[in-house]
Amino acid sequence: MNKLELQKTANEIRKGIVTAVHSAKAGHPGGSLSAADLFTYLYFEEMNIDPKDPKKADRDRFVLSKGHTAPGLYSTLAQRGYFPVEDLVTLRHIGSYLQGHPDMKHIPGVDMSSGSLGQGISAAVGMALSAKMSGEDYRVYTLLGDGEIQEGQVWEASMFAGHRKLDNLVVIVDNNGLQIDGAIDDVCSPYPIDKKFEAFNFHVINVADGNDFDQLAAAFAEAKATKGMPTAIIMKTVKGKGVSFMENNVAWHGAAPNDEQYAVAMEDLKKVGEALCQK
Amino acid sequence: MSEVKKIATRESYGNALVELGQEHENLVVLDADLAAATKTGTFKKAFPDRHIDCGIAECNMMGIAAGLSTTGKVPFASTFAMFAAGRAFEQVRNSIGYPHLNVKIGATHAGISVGEDGATHQCNEDIALMRSIPGMVVINPSDDVEAKAAVKAAYEYEGPVYLRFGRLAAPVINDNADYKFEIGKGVTLREGKDLTIVATGLCVSASLEAAEKLAADGVNAKVINIHTIKPLDEELIIAAAKETGKVVTVEEHSVIGGLGSAVCDCLSEKAPTQVLKIGVNDVFGESGPAVKLLEKYGLDAAGIYEKVKAFIK
Repeated sequence: MNKLELQKTANEIRKGIVTAVHSAKAGHPGGSLSAADLFTYLYFEEMNIDPKDPKKADRDRFVLSKGHTAPGLYSTLAQRGYFPVEDLVTLRHIGSYLQGHPDMKHIPGVDMSSGSLGQGISAAVGMALSAKMSGEDYRVYTLLGDGEIQEGQVWEASMFAGHRKLDNLVVIVDNNGLQIDGAIDDVCSPYPIDKKFEAFNFHVINVADGNDFDQLAAAFAEAKATKGMPTAIIMKTVKGKGVSFMENNVAWHGAAPNDEQYAVAMEDLKKVGEALCQK
Repeated sequence: MSEVKKIATRESYGNALVELGQEHENLVVLDADLAAATKTGTFKKAFPDRHIDCGIAECNMMGIAAGLSTTGKVPFASTFAMFAAGRAFEQVRNSIGYPHLNVKIGATHAGISVGEDGATHQCNEDIALMRSIPGMVVINPSDDVEAKAAVKAAYEYEGPVYLRFGRLAAPVINDNADYKFEIGKGVTLREGKDLTIVATGLCVSASLEAAEKLAADGVNAKVINIHTIKPLDEELIIAAAKETGKVVTVEEHSVIGGLGSAVCDCLSEKAPTQVLKIGVNDVFGESGPAVKLLEKYGLDAAGIYEKVKAFIK
């Protein structure tokens, strides 16, 4: 997929995120939107996957350690063909398979149940270790929030991954700078994030703009070329990216737009889509 | 009386893993720097490439086990009961229980028979914690024979299993030729009409001994070994309660939430019966030799005998 196609796809994924969260009347749009380009890049460009065979043994794996941004993952999986886009409006509704946080038992394409912060990365490490033990060459990707890395388990898992030299593992940190209670460096600063992962024996790649596909492509190419150690990609992103009133606004970490706000958000995204079509 | 063979069930755990490891390539063992104590060191020696030491990080170990299981490996995550069920409770619940992953948890050093290490390491709450997780199988074997059979059954079973083992050498009581282990099936070890003693783990042999002392007083106790606390063999317990009336539960675990609670949950609803729960009475343990502690906390044959006598008076 070329850059323009990726941008168009990401915009459709953003529409799905906003639509799902609006319908659910709850959920986490901010961190879903900040990572929408990353989700798009992984599922439409980077990963070896097959929506028709979600459990094929040699597939690359993805674990959404920051599980509350499930709307971002679900919208991506739907766009990729794992399940109907129309189902996104059932998010968080009683009886729906689209649970508030990723549920591997019921959602095609979800490789690990997650949502309790700090736990997904350990499961991803287990998957990467399994590939090494069996001599398989699939790769494992996991996305963490920058607030999430306040959890101690993240560093237990990182220490192990570095120790075991799991070069088939890519840990991505969505550094949008905000968590529920405020700015991450006001709440309990995890900075410097890059130096921490370096100290845990990771190859670290800083991405200045994680909402830019050229920069994502360069980072993942570098990760793939890295041998003998796991890679951490620390990407700066904009929380709420693409929806004017949500951007960099902590209030949209975990809140749903009302009908009026939903209309404004969809109009924002429609304009982005139209502009992309002019290119 | 000839000397009874004694072996700690943690030893049985390590030995069973080696036997199973020879048959099954996909079996892997995880530890958190306690391989020497959990007795998985024998597995490590036999299959170094399939032993994963996670260092002192139990929560991460449970998550790694979860990840391994999604790729078809059958991980046995091993540490002390305190850290497996206690420290890593939420990882076990959310990363293993909720997705119902095929992870086996080998929890050694359960109960006050840990001995000298004292209260911080004597886990009397693990059965309560683990049986509250939907879909979790909870097994507390009574001796070497049962522990090895339980490890094999856990491997064959598809889904999460919590296996509880002890540090103290326990008498071998299940070495009869027709012994059969089935998850969820209790075993009647002694017939009796006057009351039923339902015991688990280390307390099964002491309960049998107590039953012999009671018999000398003319009281005939039925003794049931419940190795699987979840799913509980309700049929067997209800039938026994209806047959004998009074029921006594015995476990090396808190009287809150363990076998006694499981039995009461069942009987209060389906066959109301007076139940005496013998266990650790809502207190922390303490340091001391294991045998002395069991005596002090009334979990040896003499203690069980005294409590039952008072109960049936």
